[in-house]
Amino acid sequence: MNATLDPKKLISGATGDWEVVIGMEIHAQVTSHSKLFSGASTAFGGDQNAHVSLVDAAMPGMLPVINEECVKQAVRTGLGLNAAINLRSVFDRKNYFYPDLPQGYQISQYKYPIVGEGIVLVDLPDGSQITVGIERLHLEQDAGKSLHDQHPTMSYVDLNRSGVALMEIVSKPDLRSSEEARAYVTKLRTILRYLGTCDGNMDEGSLRADVNVSVRRPGDALGTRCEIKNVNSIRFIGQAIETEARRQIAIIEDGGTIDQETRLFDPSKGETRSMRSKEEAHDYRYFPDPDLLPLEFDQAFVDALKAELPELPDAKKARFMKDYGLPPYDAGVLVAERVQADYFEAVAKGRDGKMAANWVINELFGRLNKEGKDIEKSPVSAEQLGAIVDLIGEGTISGKMAKDLFEIVFVEGGDPRQIVTERGMIQVTDTGAIEAAVDAVMAQNPDKVEQARTKPGMLGWFVGQVMKQTGGKANPQAVSDILKAKIGLE
Amino acid sequence: MSELIDLTLAEARDALKAKTISAVDLTKAHVKAMEEARALNAYVLETPDQALAMAKASDDKLARGDAGPLEGLPLGIKDLYATDGVRTTACSKILDGFVPRYESTVTSQLWRDGAVMLGKLNNDEFAMGSSNETSAMGPVVSPWAPPNWDKARLATALKGDKKGLLVPGGSSGGSSAAVAARLCLGATATDTGGSIRQPAAFTGTVGIKPTYGRCSRWGIVAFASSLDQAGPIARTVRDNAILLRSMAGHDPKDTTSVDRAVPDYEAAVGRSVKGMTIGIPKEYRVDGMSAEIEALWQKGIGFLRDAGAKIVDVSLPHTKYALPAYYIVAPAEASSNLARYDGVRYGLRVDGKDIAEMYENTRAAGFGKEVRRRIMIGTYVLSAGYYDAYYVRAQKIRTLIRQDFETVYHAGVDAILTPATPSPAFGIGEMGSADPVEMYLNDIFTVTVNMAGLPGLALPAGTSDQGLPLGLQLIGRPFDEEALFALGEVIEQAAGSFAPAEKWWV
Repeated sequence: MNATLDPKKLISGATGDWEVVIGMEIHAQVTSHSKLFSGASTAFGGDQNAHVSLVDAAMPGMLPVINEECVKQAVRTGLGLNAAINLRSVFDRKNYFYPDLPQGYQISQYKYPIVGEGIVLVDLPDGSQITVGIERLHLEQDAGKSLHDQHPTMSYVDLNRSGVALMEIVSKPDLRSSEEARAYVTKLRTILRYLGTCDGNMDEGSLRADVNVSVRRPGDALGTRCEIKNVNSIRFIGQAIETEARRQIAIIEDGGTIDQETRLFDPSKGETRSMRSKEEAHDYRYFPDPDLLPLEFDQAFVDALKAELPELPDAKKARFMKDYGLPPYDAGVLVAERVQADYFEAVAKGRDGKMAANWVINELFGRLNKEGKDIEKSPVSAEQLGAIVDLIGEGTISGKMAKDLFEIVFVEGGDPRQIVTERGMIQVTDTGAIEAAVDAVMAQNPDKVEQARTKPGMLGWFVGQVMKQTGGKANPQAVSDILKAKIGLE
Repeated sequence: MSELIDLTLAEARDALKAKTISAVDLTKAHVKAMEEARALNAYVLETPDQALAMAKASDDKLARGDAGPLEGLPLGIKDLYATDGVRTTACSKILDGFVPRYESTVTSQLWRDGAVMLGKLNNDEFAMGSSNETSAMGPVVSPWAPPNWDKARLATALKGDKKGLLVPGGSSGGSSAAVAARLCLGATATDTGGSIRQPAAFTGTVGIKPTYGRCSRWGIVAFASSLDQAGPIARTVRDNAILLRSMAGHDPKDTTSVDRAVPDYEAAVGRSVKGMTIGIPKEYRVDGMSAEIEALWQKGIGFLRDAGAKIVDVSLPHTKYALPAYYIVAPAEASSNLARYDGVRYGLRVDGKDIAEMYENTRAAGFGKEVRRRIMIGTYVLSAGYYDAYYVRAQKIRTLIRQDFETVYHAGVDAILTPATPSPAFGIGEMGSADPVEMYLNDIFTVTVNMAGLPGLALPAGTSDQGLPLGLQLIGRPFDEEALFALGEVIEQAAGSFAPAEKWWV
């Protein structure tokens, strides 16, 4: 994919241009009440080791039992990624020792994942679109957490996360810049949130990325890659890729070679550091978990989940463009979050879609941003914003007045229509009243009237004066029309 | 009260129901026998207070007339079974002092049905062994005395290093010894490659490894998950049938357990075997098989033929690969199953300068030699570059072994008769110290059954030239334990019962 080379995406080094090749492994925590193989709660927070079952603590003789809801969530996600769903998959054990891994192995899927190849369409800020291939999606257990700051000489272990279900979503090496990588993760997160299969909360670790980066001369075969582990914000993903690509380019340009290794990104120092080399890589000794039978379900199970899928962002965007006549950018902004799209649709229903989009994107989002608020916490409901749009459409208030009204509703709340009445914010469209105001302004400024006859640009000044005289309530279009007639510009 | 411990489980059950004996008296008799037999080291933990409390409750229930099928029957529990509030160590130092706060599904079903727990029984560490010599709690002495030993020699050895006294088999050596020495009416056991059937054969007792999936594995310390199966050891076929009915059943906590009704196994005991077809697999006539084992086998064939069964020769061509394949699959799974014993959360911890050294110190001190050997073998065969050559090939062989049996059963064979072990019991310290494979060969007739997931019943059918018990094995179709009980009872009736001559250990 991405067969044509975009020169803008190349990184220029001392000896010429370089192409960066990126593949990602996203670990997305499955939204579910209980863990992948036990009944313990998955709630975030809670006292240390409060959400730990006998299975999670790997007590002797304990056995895993697959949580059907997690399987459904993985299938839903696969469908959302336009991917092949495997009716038979196998859980394997990935063996390694670590204090926060109580079993001494992670139950994962190795050779036979639950979801196979799929695709994600990713919109870039310049309006172009790329297709990113999905290699696979598999289910696996999360580990617990080592706590090193609780005791002067010992580390403690919190197993609340131990056994929580993760989906590892592996992309093909189809990404060619940090910008594409960021856009891909953003899009993936949007899809997961639409599906309700992962809350996408990166602060709480619900979404983490392992980023594989290599560089090559345009047209060359793939270079040696390094894997940057566990990057936990979209911004850091971008920074890590830039940093790592430049590190690799500098080494190669100095005549060196890249060692395949696992690295860590340190955002405070802006560098990636070696974690372990290929030689030090674990031999995980994967083998099918004998405690679990192969995971099997029929096509009807998949079809039933498919039938219940919500409208996904790509489909919604296309519909917004078609039904509301929105430009791709606006439609893209609105569908980025399902709640935003739902809000927009509530405002746009039975109204001018473009005007609704303008108000939602420019006024509401702008104002919310300023306050650092999410749309869920918006003080202005879709109903209230709809009423404001109605008042403009009816000509009851001017655009300027609408902005004031929006601010009042945002700060104080209330029914916009009532506020307009109570505070006398009704726009004056009575030509008689406007004519009187125009006459008064012209009488006070005979010299300017003269100037305006030769310099039509002066008209704006007159409109402003008349608006001032009417306390901003006059319909600006009407003012302009009457002024033109009276000054004789037509 | 010695006559009380000589009752079979079925006899005791009937006497309790008829109120000719009480559960408390029955339990007290066993507790006394256990105390007298401590030198045998069959029990690693006695729970007499709990036993008497349970027995008292059973007497109340019996009096009220709402007794369960095992009401008041004292049992010993293999230390691999987690018992709530009662130390469970799998006879390993690494689980030193571990007291679970949960009860295994199988034992909880025994208590549900009224059974009384006498204590925890010795076994090879993590069930890895065929002689009970790998136990961190020390070896178990078989109640069968070595041939031609006089009382003084027995007493000296029992007080001393126990060398030369007979092993009870393994890994369920505590179970087989306790049953044979009348230290319980029946015992739980587990079988991964022969750990129920070989000890039963060595001690003149009866044991069944049910079909894989018949009993829940939940709460039983895992050795090799795809092979492990719980089962009973008791003195008669009927006693096995009674116990298995309570032990078996679907458990949603073990996804490998099978959701299938549990039949009334006891009803199969005494059923006619006339017209049943019994396969005799030629591949079990191994090189160097002793004449006494061959004679025993022929004797068993005769018993079944006399009862009206049809005897046919069958072939299980992949039998010879079973043992080597087993010693890849079982250690592979074990190496992973035993990774959880890391000193972090429970059991033994031996500190070190960092976490890696703590792991090393803990596991080096906590695991015995045989367990360490199998962890290393298992780790090796799963390693990158060796996985396909060992583990994958072993799994293929496993499929072929299963197909061997399927072919034979498809051709109309109802059950297969083989020897249970290649020899009678040997002496403590006599086998496997130079070459572990010598010990592994004990399982040559039993591992195929685990590899194929089939039910297998071992029972005594005669004695060696020197008077030690020898066992036969009946292998059944999947979930047809009833056929084994019917056939086993025929052999039992014809061969008689086998008990140690006297309580020389008291």
